[in-house]
Amino acid sequence: MSGRSSEPSAAHPIAVKIVISGGFGVGKTTFVGAISEIEPLVTEAELTEKSIGIDDTSAVSGKTTTTVALDFGRITLDDALLLYLFGTPGQDRFAFLWDDLVTGALGAIVLVDTRRIEDSFPAIDYFEEHEIPFIVGINRFPGGQQFSPSEVRDALGVSPGVPMVQCDARDRESVKSVLVSLTEEVLAKRANRERAGSTW
Amino acid sequence: MSESSWGSESELFPYAGGPLTPTGRHSGDMDEDPVIRPFMLTNGRTQPLHDGLRIETLLRAAPAALSAPLRFESRRIVELAQSPMSVADLAVALRVPLGVVRVIVADLITQGFLDVEIQPEEFSTSLIERIRDRVRAL
Ligand SMILES: Nc1nc2c(ncn2[C@@H]2O[C@H](COP(=O)(O)OP(=O)(O)OP(=O)(O)O)[C@@H](O)[C@H]2O)c(=O)[nH]1
Ligand SMILES: [Mg+2]
Repeated sequence: MSGRSSEPSAAHPIAVKIVISGGFGVGKTTFVGAISEIEPLVTEAELTEKSIGIDDTSAVSGKTTTTVALDFGRITLDDALLLYLFGTPGQDRFAFLWDDLVTGALGAIVLVDTRRIEDSFPAIDYFEEHEIPFIVGINRFPGGQQFSPSEVRDALGVSPGVPMVQCDARDRESVKSVLVSLTEEVLAKRANRERAGSTW
Repeated sequence: MSESSWGSESELFPYAGGPLTPTGRHSGDMDEDPVIRPFMLTNGRTQPLHDGLRIETLLRAAPAALSAPLRFESRRIVELAQSPMSVADLAVALRVPLGVVRVIVADLITQGFLDVEIQPEEFSTSLIERIRDRVRAL
């Protein structure tokens, strides 16, 4: 809304966002930490009304806040390109943050723990519903049974088009290759779309 | 976010050097309500004056903004944003919640001290390929 428009003279950096999601304890924080150049943490405050009957949203009276920590990673890809990673908060009560985290994202990575596959259902539903390109990263935990990607796919109920990749969130090279897989998926989706001649 | 909620000049520019008003509409709250403190930095406001600020939105401050009479958090933001910084980066640097940074940043934009880095409408194929290749090369 400020009148000053930025001249296209200086190099304008671009920020790209990828969302890391999945169930509780699935490795989201580990994933972001394995590749981020900063300490992976940012906070958001949840504002809740206390029942005092105050409707003036500009005043704090009658409200209380709870703070939630979000995984946050930054990767400088070059001098004009920044990649940000955001982890979705696990607890349901912070679901209100999801739209904010996901809007404008290049895509999402859904991590799955094969011992508790169903924990990742809400994330998959969300990204399918919002038509966000996503891939599934299968994390192998000790004691987790060895499932083939197609078994995991069946258990998750995701369409055959969604890529499933193995992932060790503790391993930087593995994390890199999962991110690369996501970019490939976004490119593939786009190529399909263009082939189909759709306008979006 | 109606204009009418901004009655006076001092309310419109709460960070531009005006005196802090610890009393007033939220006086005494701290005694009962220590958990609300994050939003004390914004005089209790929780809604940004400027829409469309995402967590990854990049902001850049004009060098001239450094000499503006700004209060502590606003000054820090203007200093940090001499090179482009995202809303999330600022929240980390200031150790305050994202929502608080959004309100302060929105005020600074409205006052002309901060500019949003314009982003492409859509990620181009070449941009996505660039991301892929750069990640691979990390
Ligand atoms: N074997 C194995 N262990 C992992 C992997 N990723 C994470 N872990 C371990 O699993 C535990 C939980 O990982 P976190 O990264 O904290 O999981 P999270 O998804 O952030 O958990 P919440 O934020 O609590 O939902 C840690 O002890 C990690 O070391 C993986 O890929 N393989
Ligand atoms: Mg975590």
